[in-house]
Amino acid sequence: MKPETPKYRTSDEVDFVIVGSGAAGGILAKELGSHGFSVVVLEQGPYLTESDFVHDEIKVLQEDLLTNHPKLQPNTFRKTPADTAKHQRAVVYGRLVGGTSVHFTANFWRFHEIDFIERSKVGAIPGANFVDWPITYNDLEPYYTKVEWEIGVSGLAGASPFDPPRSRPYPMPPLPVKSSGVIFERAARQLGWHPFPAPMAILSQPHNGRTACVNCGFCFAFGCEVGAKSSSLATAVRVAEKTGHVEIRPNSYVHRVEIDERGRATGAVYFDAQRNTQLQKGKAVVISANGAETPRLLLLSANKQFPNGLANSSGVVGKNLMLNSGAVSMGVFDEPLNDYKGYAVSRILHDFYELDTQKLGFYGGGGLDARFDVTPIGFAMGGLAPGSPRWGKDFKSALHHNFTRTMGVYGHGTSLAVEDNSFSLDPELKDAWGLPALRMTYKDHPDDIKLANWLGARSIELLEAAGAKQKWTYPISEQEFAVHLLGTCRMGKDPKTSVINTDHRAHDVKNLFLCDGSSLVTSGRGQPTMTIEALAFRAADRITALAKKGELSAS
Amino acid sequence: MDQQKMMSMDRRGFLVSAGTGLGVAWLAANWPAAVSASEHAHAAATSGVPAKLEFLTAEEAAEVSAICARIIPTDETPGATEAGAVYFIDRVLTTVATDAQPVYRDGLPQFQEDFHAMFPNAGKFSAASIEQQDQFLHTLDDDKAPPRRRNRPGSGQPSFFETVRMHTIAAFLIDPESEYAGSRSGVGWQVIGREPGHSFQSPFGFYDKNYPGWRSSPSAQQAK
Repeated sequence: MKPETPKYRTSDEVDFVIVGSGAAGGILAKELGSHGFSVVVLEQGPYLTESDFVHDEIKVLQEDLLTNHPKLQPNTFRKTPADTAKHQRAVVYGRLVGGTSVHFTANFWRFHEIDFIERSKVGAIPGANFVDWPITYNDLEPYYTKVEWEIGVSGLAGASPFDPPRSRPYPMPPLPVKSSGVIFERAARQLGWHPFPAPMAILSQPHNGRTACVNCGFCFAFGCEVGAKSSSLATAVRVAEKTGHVEIRPNSYVHRVEIDERGRATGAVYFDAQRNTQLQKGKAVVISANGAETPRLLLLSANKQFPNGLANSSGVVGKNLMLNSGAVSMGVFDEPLNDYKGYAVSRILHDFYELDTQKLGFYGGGGLDARFDVTPIGFAMGGLAPGSPRWGKDFKSALHHNFTRTMGVYGHGTSLAVEDNSFSLDPELKDAWGLPALRMTYKDHPDDIKLANWLGARSIELLEAAGAKQKWTYPISEQEFAVHLLGTCRMGKDPKTSVINTDHRAHDVKNLFLCDGSSLVTSGRGQPTMTIEALAFRAADRITALAKKGELSAS
Repeated sequence: MDQQKMMSMDRRGFLVSAGTGLGVAWLAANWPAAVSASEHAHAAATSGVPAKLEFLTAEEAAEVSAICARIIPTDETPGATEAGAVYFIDRVLTTVATDAQPVYRDGLPQFQEDFHAMFPNAGKFSAASIEQQDQFLHTLDDDKAPPRRRNRPGSGQPSFFETVRMHTIAAFLIDPESEYAGSRSGVGWQVIGREPGHSFQSPFGFYDKNYPGWRSSPSAQQAK
């Protein structure tokens, strides 16, 4: 039963207005509310719950039940700033209470120590804006642990020899291994690699009042019907509401941060469900709208004081976008795997997390996973081997034989920050509210392409060792479609080259904080949500400390 | 999904089409009212009484149904006919895929004309032999032969055959338990071996049945 939560008036100056209720926003609301601060969370999407979640591919995937709708919020895309952007769907994110954490696959890898200091180790890379983080793994470790215990992550500490140090084991054991995981584990060991149970933000046993996974098989792109997937909706948002200090306000599409003459944020302006404009007043504003919408909101908030966009004196808001590189290989086996049952990934390996740049001739690193997250219609559209029949008796036979016998080995890797890769405002296209559409500019760094091909080759090597009867890898091409939205308001010590400081405070606006995928300085190895959530827990501590010192109201 | 991507699927294309389905152009653009479409198809397929067609004429429906029946044929197991695919398509065309109406309205006569040119004595497509039908459809299949330009309604729009193909697959494989179900009694899921339950227990498949349990990699200590 939904707890009674406060209903603040827009004219109430709450302590914090948080924009976005996803992986970061949900945790910030929970933490700040737990400290007794009054909080309004403005979420552009609806407030759905477990009973709204279904397995229907059309409703969920085509009707965008959980995601931004391309007709309401269209995108444009171009490869370089010299190109004219074309209208095409470029970005998908969760647009509901809980954000993208509702429909993600729930792979929860910690970043490793190297992710924070790699520039120092590897050196400059031509064409890349490659820098170290201003914080280290050790700074974040307690918060990774907090995510695992408070949000709920299953896994096995010490199972990977490549794991970074940890202060506490996982709160629960790994989920049961799947056939794809067994195949992967055996083949990887045959190759001398080190597979281990995948850490997943899915409950293997009841935890914090929530039920364990029932293995329905619809994790990726779907909402969890039993709340076993540790989304912000199932975890942080619920806790936030129980504090009695947090109001989650859905259907509230923020399009401007209000600024006073002193350059301080005074609230957030949004369209409500009836498309009326509202201003929610607040002593401080936290933007956790995701790596695309956070920079867009800053750019939309340009005014006379901030002509290039709010908090953008550096000029880097929206830039240095990273999507993560990767590869997808598929294999078909003799016997049924029935991998449509259960969660998506049960075994991974990190042997290639830190590759020898000098030896290989390109920068990068990554991991492999054993995966099947293909839905029935999706499988028929694209899950058979290239060149397979597309209709007729043989097509039907192939679907019958292969659907239960297919698994994937996916490679997930780094992508380098490139300054031109960015989110910006399209000068022509508008969304359904009349706001400039999101424009994506992206061209993979050449090393990202080389890494993706290299990971693809390892995936095929594994499938070969596993004895797959059919195996193929999809050709690597330059990315034009974004799911991981990283680096666009990067953290740094220098206000000239970064947007936020190590407290997630905007360099230019003392009572404005940004925390989500946009805060990342490097991309990690393809599974960013765990780090986004650890950053959110840490940011909440930093913001709380600043607020208690009176810094947010004094500047 | 446009033809070009169908013909040269890359990694991202696969993730988009198979993983999320977001590239399926007609679906992505036209699904808000799919409830009524699929409910209609479900009712039509299960009632045993021909449903009232809302967009297709009876003649058009017979032809489209015959095409669906070759895309996912009925053999020892059910096919598109048993899934009620043509009724699903008919309702879709009046609700969520109205953009595809010209593809059918203009594409079908062209399809018939081309078929007649290939088999002058066969009559309508639906009256032809299976061998003739398949032979003709192979000339339209974009992976097998250069597409006939006259069956393309315009650049960026999937061809008539490709549209029917995608519609038929969707009708056949939609979650049979959902409110959108267009597949009678879940025949599509039965055919591909997907049990309709929402809860499963391990072992799930052949390879995890006798899994001995996790043990550390033998060389784990030396890996670092």
